[in-house]
Amino acid sequence: MGSADILSTLPELVLIATALLLLVMESAAEPHRELLAATALGGLAIALVTALGYGADGLYYSGMLQVDPYARFVSALALVLAALAIMVAVPYLRRTLEERGEYYSLMLFATVGMLLMVKAQDLTMVFLGLELLSIPLYVLAGFYRHRSSSNEAGLKYLLLGAFAAGFFLFGIALLYGSTGTTSYSGMAQAINSGTELSRVLTLAGFGLLLVGFAFKVALAPFHMYAPDVYEGAPTSMSAFLSTGPKLAGFATLLKLIAVVFAGTMVHWWTAIWILAALTMTVGNLAALRQDSLKRMLAYSSVAHAGYLALAILVTNYDSGFAMLFYLTVYVLTTLAAFGIVSLLEEGEESAMPGVEACKGLARRNPWLAAAFTLALLSLAGFPPTAGFLGKFFLFNATLDAGYLWLVILAVLNSLVSVYYYLRPVVAMYMQPGKNTSALPIPRMLIPALLALAVVALGAGFIPAPLVHATASAISAIL
Amino acid sequence: MIGDYLPILFVFLLAAGFALGALGLTHVVGPRIKTRVKLSAYESGVDPVGPTHSRLNVRYFLIGLVFIIFDLEVVFLYPWAVIFREQAAQGPFILYEMLFFLVVLLVGYLYIWRKGVFEWE
Amino acid sequence: MTTALFYLFSIFLLGSALFVVLNRHPVYSVVMLVFSFANLAGIYFLLEAYFIGILQVLVYAGAIMVLFLFVVMLLNVSPERPRARWVPLDRWWFGAVALVFVISLGALLVRGVGQLPSARSEVPDGFGGITQIAEALFSRYLLPFETAALLLTVALVGTVFLAKRKI
Repeated sequence: MGSADILSTLPELVLIATALLLLVMESAAEPHRELLAATALGGLAIALVTALGYGADGLYYSGMLQVDPYARFVSALALVLAALAIMVAVPYLRRTLEERGEYYSLMLFATVGMLLMVKAQDLTMVFLGLELLSIPLYVLAGFYRHRSSSNEAGLKYLLLGAFAAGFFLFGIALLYGSTGTTSYSGMAQAINSGTELSRVLTLAGFGLLLVGFAFKVALAPFHMYAPDVYEGAPTSMSAFLSTGPKLAGFATLLKLIAVVFAGTMVHWWTAIWILAALTMTVGNLAALRQDSLKRMLAYSSVAHAGYLALAILVTNYDSGFAMLFYLTVYVLTTLAAFGIVSLLEEGEESAMPGVEACKGLARRNPWLAAAFTLALLSLAGFPPTAGFLGKFFLFNATLDAGYLWLVILAVLNSLVSVYYYLRPVVAMYMQPGKNTSALPIPRMLIPALLALAVVALGAGFIPAPLVHATASAISAIL
Repeated sequence: MIGDYLPILFVFLLAAGFALGALGLTHVVGPRIKTRVKLSAYESGVDPVGPTHSRLNVRYFLIGLVFIIFDLEVVFLYPWAVIFREQAAQGPFILYEMLFFLVVLLVGYLYIWRKGVFEWE
Repeated sequence: MTTALFYLFSIFLLGSALFVVLNRHPVYSVVMLVFSFANLAGIYFLLEAYFIGILQVLVYAGAIMVLFLFVVMLLNVSPERPRARWVPLDRWWFGAVALVFVISLGALLVRGVGQLPSARSEVPDGFGGITQIAEALFSRYLLPFETAALLLTVALVGTVFLAKRKI
């Protein structure tokens, strides 16, 4: 242990210090709540700089963490995501008079969990990172203590999340029993050289681990909690719930498979095939029937998890690159979409805006309607948005690996999804609304909308920078 | 090594045996005279009205929770104290390791203190 | 002797765990949970993980069970006696799914454990003792240890925030 180790976790340390500072600020006799968000964002900005700039690549903390371009890329994305999620939350929390230091502090702790998960080089750290990501989210899903829907969301998420954590731990225990270690490199060595004590235990362990991950990223049939939790949680939190765990979960799972389990994946192809096919079909078909925008976006996030599972199935350079590209576009687009939905709630207590809330929005707020349209089109995968490119890269990599039927199913699913993504667009542009006054657009929401424009349109027309960044990140592990 | 712990097992068995034995013995040997008065809810006083279970206040839970968290903290302090002298000879890093741990928990402590978890009213 | 104790503890552990899940009376369940934790501690002792065994008794059977009891008394599910003594398994498909899962995982485990070498490796001197655990905890496992501090703080703040009536 030395200063190099500490330097390698500088982003985490900055975030922890900021999160603790927020708790101290909240504990003051008369807390200055208007300073909380700025403090949290400042901490995230410093963490982003240190994540990109400081420390050399390598193994740290006796092999617990690994810093490499892959970890740096995902960390940076996670930090940007957390910052935007906080900016989306500020106006929402202020409008509902719930702005408190706990919200931002727990968000930062969850972000530390994401960073630790992606950097982890040992299953112990993956588990602790996962819990550090999950426990704040249980609390945050139930953050509106006086709304019964929020309480329900928090409790459901907690109970099912704890159940999934049990699977995860059991999987780690079996892998440890079989290989005698929890470190990625040690397990990889044991598996690849065939010196593990029992191949069956290795496979069972990975299967249980997969169930734990599938729950966190909401793959069917482990997605049941997702619609209820995302709908009941505060909308600003749904934005993070549907993106943060998916980002950290898929990024960690891909690294785990690429580094450790590549040699045993032949036994799991069928299972992941079924998971992917089931998830995208269930997600899209269920989304068709939703009237509530939050529920629709929740099922859409399940469907996207299904597409992302294709990359897990293939796990080669092309699919890994496609997954990172897709994840980047997906998280920023979904975040912005939820941010816009949070505006449509119009301050009503426990209001769940439906598709009809969009009616006439193009007249009321042309720019907001355009942004929402862009987000939905990108999620649906229309050219020339980046959502289309992401799907193209992903399906292409899957096709090259020989999964023709799965790609056909995925394309059919994408076509089905156009229907429900276009319903709000039709409502916004073609149906008159009762309310004609323009919604006030908070300044804090603008960065999220800009990020949406940059990633959905910018990366759609000029994909080279993002392609370059993701490609160089993925080459660190595949 | 495991043999060193046999006395503990014996003490455990002795304690459990004594408790069960005493209970069982009174059950078997003790005289029992049942009368209607003795079988009523209270031998003296008035009959209870309504449900006899009262709902516990959430404060108890909060205190219990705080107890567990700091119980765990002490559990981590114990092994640290055992190796402290030996490790401190090689530098102060061992001290910083625990300081970080304690500072993080101290902020949590400050938070719950300021939020009035320790106030009973 | 060790083998006999292992089976004794295991049978008690599994039996009491089943009781916890199937019994409808929450207080009985809590008491049986304490018993199952004690048996788990016994198994830790047989594995020569003494410190962990003692922690199991102190933290789980002691502190955490107190919290469980508080929760049971706080929820106070029904003032009258619970309708059935045991959990009714009338949702048979739940049971069926659980059974399929348990049997398939159990079959895998039996096969996997069958592949393990049978020789019992001797543990080094001082194994499971507090010094060895401390040395591992504060060097190789330093980062997990510090992360545990974060988890404890998050749990503390989160529960107080959610459970305290006025904050």
